Amino acid sequence: MITAQPHIVLETKNLSIGYASKKGVSMVADAINIVLEKGQLVGLVGANGIGKSTLLRTLTNVQKPLSGEIYINSKSVLDYEPVELAQQLSLVLTEQIASKNLSVFELVALGRQPYTNWMGNLSQEDITITNKALAQTNIEALKTKKCFELSDGQLQKVMIARALAQDTDLIILDEPTTHLDMYHKAYILKLVKKLAKDTGKTILFSSHEIDLAIQLCDSMIVMKENEVVSGQPCHLISNGTFNSLFPKDLIAFDENTGAFRVN
Amino acid sequence: MEKKYTYPFLILIALLIICFFVNISLGSVSIPTKEIFNSLIGKADNYIIQNYRLPKAFTAILVGSGLGISGLLMQTLFRNPLAGPFVLGISSGASLGVALVILGSGFFGGVFTTLLISKWSVVIAASLGSFLVLLAVMIVSSRVRDTMAILIIGLMFGSITAAVVSVLSYFSSAEQLQQYVFWGFGSLGNLSWSELFIFFLIYLTGVLMTIVSIKGLNTLLLGENYAKSMGLNLKRSRLVIIIATSLLAGTITAFAGPIAFIGLAIPHMTRQIFHTSNHKTLLPAVFLFGAIVMLICDSIAQLPTSDYTLPINAITSLVGAPVVIWLLVRKRKMLF
Repeated sequence: MITAQPHIVLETKNLSIGYASKKGVSMVADAINIVLEKGQLVGLVGANGIGKSTLLRTLTNVQKPLSGEIYINSKSVLDYEPVELAQQLSLVLTEQIASKNLSVFELVALGRQPYTNWMGNLSQEDITITNKALAQTNIEALKTKKCFELSDGQLQKVMIARALAQDTDLIILDEPTTHLDMYHKAYILKLVKKLAKDTGKTILFSSHEIDLAIQLCDSMIVMKENEVVSGQPCHLISNGTFNSLFPKDLIAFDENTGAFRVN
Repeated sequence: MEKKYTYPFLILIALLIICFFVNISLGSVSIPTKEIFNSLIGKADNYIIQNYRLPKAFTAILVGSGLGISGLLMQTLFRNPLAGPFVLGISSGASLGVALVILGSGFFGGVFTTLLISKWSVVIAASLGSFLVLLAVMIVSSRVRDTMAILIIGLMFGSITAAVVSVLSYFSSAEQLQQYVFWGFGSLGNLSWSELFIFFLIYLTGVLMTIVSIKGLNTLLLGENYAKSMGLNLKRSRLVIIIATSLLAGTITAFAGPIAFIGLAIPHMTRQIFHTSNHKTLLPAVFLFGAIVMLICDSIAQLPTSDYTLPINAITSLVGAPVVIWLLVRKRKMLF
């Protein structure tokens, strides 16, 4: 059987993350070696304060790594010009957008900024791609609505559409399901799953919805106290990675159901 | 500019032209409409129109639009609806410069007093003051990443200015105090054509820098982290926006005195009319609307049919302050 060489979108080599200041270095995690392939949906899970956000901030070049390297499409993130990087990597952040006085279409179209001219004028192609992003996230009906008129779930879909419009190989979402009810949590994660499959984009998201992530992800990155493990969810279950994710006094992982249970 | 805004823009342009003519035709000396028209197209020489009212109307347009634009820039950059050119401390810096020249001249001795307080020395002092504050803000902004911190630092500059002015006033003569107070009233009518030309050149630089920043300003509507993720060079954009604001607000304060509330209120009024935050629409709209409101304020200040002229700063505050109150009330309603 011949298998095609997988297209690697993001790769880290011996990455060590944390904060360096004059007072010294505080390491959050080290020896991180992860590989994200094209079209994969990847979930990043771990306890609160374990360093998920620090890892995402480092991968997206917001913060410098302590050591090690990050490659996006075989090129070190440090070698990208800001606009070039914006054509490789788009983000959905946890923070609220500053102004909600934009229409949904205007906001999604802002995703085209890395491609537009100095005035930010939209070409016919930009408009087509924006409309496609609206269709892929099922929010065409909201097109002319203002962002302050939307619910949290709708707004999250709009932000995902914006990232799609940015047309990058890699989309990174920081806790896309916080503040959402159970239905919308599942909805958003199913949506990103479908997008990864249909568009061939690699989607990495951090989440506390471990149960849902196990069911949906092609691959998972699990951050623990002293190691970062990645692999397919079924492998991670069978090698007991999830068992030691949290202190055992309150909840335990049930390998048969793939979910956590209260003791 | 999108098509659906064609009518509002046509109306604003028409309003601007009407306000311009109304403004020119009002004043303590009444001039027949026909003569105003003739002197505008160069058929007649009317000294009052050509050397007093025309430069004053043009000054009003530059001041109103310039303050409106600098307010818009500050509100977007600081993501704060209550930001305006005054918050960066630029206007405070200008006031401090003027206070030092007018009130501080007592310290330099009587001989210099008359020499120092010429109009140009006030303009230079105001420009120097706002430039120095700009320099300080720029140094701070290169070290402090948080725009909120810069906002507070701007307020602190305002505080320091007020304190220094109080100390200076305590030691000043009544005459000097009066002169400073008069500068504080603001004035649109003191500019000659040559001064207006210099004013216009600096204004134009500020406006061009703003036009270049339109794309970045729209990106900043999502917040600094999103802006960065879309490839915006945050440091450079922030610098260009701050310099543009300083050029606009600094020169306006230098030439026309500290004119309150226009910078804060105009962008909000414009957003209410155009229902958008897209700077490609907002910028020309703020320009037109700022110019119109300033011409109206100046026309009111002329107190038609009387010989008095009210201080322009009082009129703009009377128009602007209710808008600020309305904003706060509305925001409260939105929050709760």
